[in-house]
Amino acid sequence: MSGGLTLPEKLWRSHVISGAGDGSDLLYVDLHLVHEATSSQAFDGIRDTSRTVRRPDLTLAVEDHNVPTDSLTIRDPVSNMQVGMLRRNCTDHGIRLFQHGRPQQGIVHVVGPEIGAVQPGMTVLCGDSHTSTHGAFGALAFGIGTSDVEHVLATQTLEISPFRTMLVEFVGEPPVGVTAKDLALAMIAQVGTSGGQGHVIEYRGPAVSALSMEGRMTLCNMSVEAGARAGMIAPDEVTLAYLEGREHTPTGQAWSDAVEYWRTLRSDDDAVFDRVVTVDTDGLAPFVTWGTNPSESVPLTGVVPDPESLPDETRAAALRSLEYMGLKPGTAMRELDIDVVFLGSCTNGRIEDLRAAAEVLRGRQLAPGVEMLVVPGSMAVRQQAEEEGLAEVFRAAGALWRLAGCSMCLGMNADRLRGPKRCASTSNRNYQGRQGPDARTHLVSPAVAAATAVRGRLTAPHELE
Amino acid sequence: MDPITVHTGRAAVLRRSDVDTDQIIPADYCRLPGRSGFAKGLFARWRDSDPDFVLNDPAVADATVLLAGPRFGTGSSREHAVWALREWGFSIVIAPGFGDIFTRNALKNGLVVVSLPPEAVEELMVAAESDAGHKVTVDLVSCTVSAGMSSWSFEIEERARYLLCHGYDGIELTLRNDTAITEYESHRRPWLPRMSAERVS
Ligand code: SF4
Repeated sequence: MSGGLTLPEKLWRSHVISGAGDGSDLLYVDLHLVHEATSSQAFDGIRDTSRTVRRPDLTLAVEDHNVPTDSLTIRDPVSNMQVGMLRRNCTDHGIRLFQHGRPQQGIVHVVGPEIGAVQPGMTVLCGDSHTSTHGAFGALAFGIGTSDVEHVLATQTLEISPFRTMLVEFVGEPPVGVTAKDLALAMIAQVGTSGGQGHVIEYRGPAVSALSMEGRMTLCNMSVEAGARAGMIAPDEVTLAYLEGREHTPTGQAWSDAVEYWRTLRSDDDAVFDRVVTVDTDGLAPFVTWGTNPSESVPLTGVVPDPESLPDETRAAALRSLEYMGLKPGTAMRELDIDVVFLGSCTNGRIEDLRAAAEVLRGRQLAPGVEMLVVPGSMAVRQQAEEEGLAEVFRAAGALWRLAGCSMCLGMNADRLRGPKRCASTSNRNYQGRQGPDARTHLVSPAVAAATAVRGRLTAPHELE
Repeated sequence: MDPITVHTGRAAVLRRSDVDTDQIIPADYCRLPGRSGFAKGLFARWRDSDPDFVLNDPAVADATVLLAGPRFGTGSSREHAVWALREWGFSIVIAPGFGDIFTRNALKNGLVVVSLPPEAVEELMVAAESDAGHKVTVDLVSCTVSAGMSSWSFEIEERARYLLCHGYDGIELTLRNDTAITEYESHRRPWLPRMSAERVS
């Protein structure tokens, strides 16, 4: 047996309370994030069994999926009920809650890191598949369903079999203008939507090291679109610089102790991963999806593929995708007219994303007939964007500047597409009906979203003027 | 939950791959409190738009086994997808591979998901399509699927199998480890964040 451990294995082992002897482990949960859309039944279960929430102090709740982004009043009665139940549950159990419109509220995967509540070496769980986002900090973070949420509320643990490990190594230097979103889409196009199934991915390579924390969160966020349980990046100086000085980050001696520990959080040189994938970033172009799952994508310079040229196993799905998307094989992606542009979500709703889009939009106007929704991932991002003058750039270009929330990412709140509108979206899922019944979603990076809004067709920023 | 060891039932055939949980139940239908009322949203868009969609076929109205294509239940962690399938009447889903979170959610709700090779699923589909009365049996004790003259063995997480076969409550079992959990807590690193406490300095 070799002695080396991968980073995912180190994180797993440091949280095992006991092995059940049947192949599963009881893992301790350092941070449990909760939101209104997947928690009410879990709290019901706690109540019905007269149990208690074991560690309200390791639990943080946020209102995000249902909240409107155009008003502080939740007019929709069902959304109002969902949010109301979360408020009552948090009050009953003494759980800290970021309420709609308050300065710290936002999408759960944006606000957790913002307050320094996600740190290297932690386990972070949430009733949401994009919990993988938090792996950007060198944490083991994954999504769970409502039954598991109840289990974590009651026990602060999860019983689960170890994940397999997968190394995704980006080799080569990505060209200027290629973003974390493009790296993620290119990787998913290569491995497929189940390529990471059962695995925790560790991302490595110069293209990853060069990413900001925001970019790393974008990449780890999309891990689940490759079917992986989680994605992670070993902590480095970029991680430390992001963490320092945040509300929940340690200070003084505790900071020094923490940093000393965090520096040990890397895969050993002789560690063996169950699977290794190499993604070449040389010559990579901005990516865009044409279909109805995140692996159905091509470079923006490409064309809608001919399903006949695809392998048997994806052909039938591709044919259905094209029909739903109203696309013909061979059409250049850059010729596709777009009705709506959505900039936001836990994938690309952070300050850096807004900056990238604003840079493209500065001094420009949305194309006639195009509607653009800019939804900051959190009220803190919103505040910062106001201070930096980004909000003004968006407004001047003709975009709608909104409050924080999941918004048009999922068709649960009031922000959704009506009819077969074609949308360039910085979110993470292009599923049928995801942004509204019949909605046609093309996943893109923030810069491409902004350039697309200006030209009214899928466009890379360098193509403008 | 009632123990489940063996289940026999008729099968409905969903010849699609990549059925994500947004298709199983769109977000709009996920907003009810409680764990019932979700069947209304099950494959809602396909049931509404396609009269030939399998769940619109009265011949398989009493099917309890769903046969589906590869990568069933990927995407969103919404457990509502499982509640909707259960409420509709499904006890088993057989496909050549499932989303990880969906699998966990299913097994926690007595929806047994069985991963079989594509050829096996194809054989089951063909049999079910040619005879709606054709029955499929899933045995959690021997971990086998059988139908007609054929049978296949499958793998399932041992912990989940154990809980299903006995109808045990996983939370109850974990709470018996309370001493070990408390012991672990006493060694956690002192700087780890607490949401309602003062920051460590
Ligand atoms: S922004 Fe979208 S993907 Fe992210 S948590 Fe909200 S609904 Fe889920």
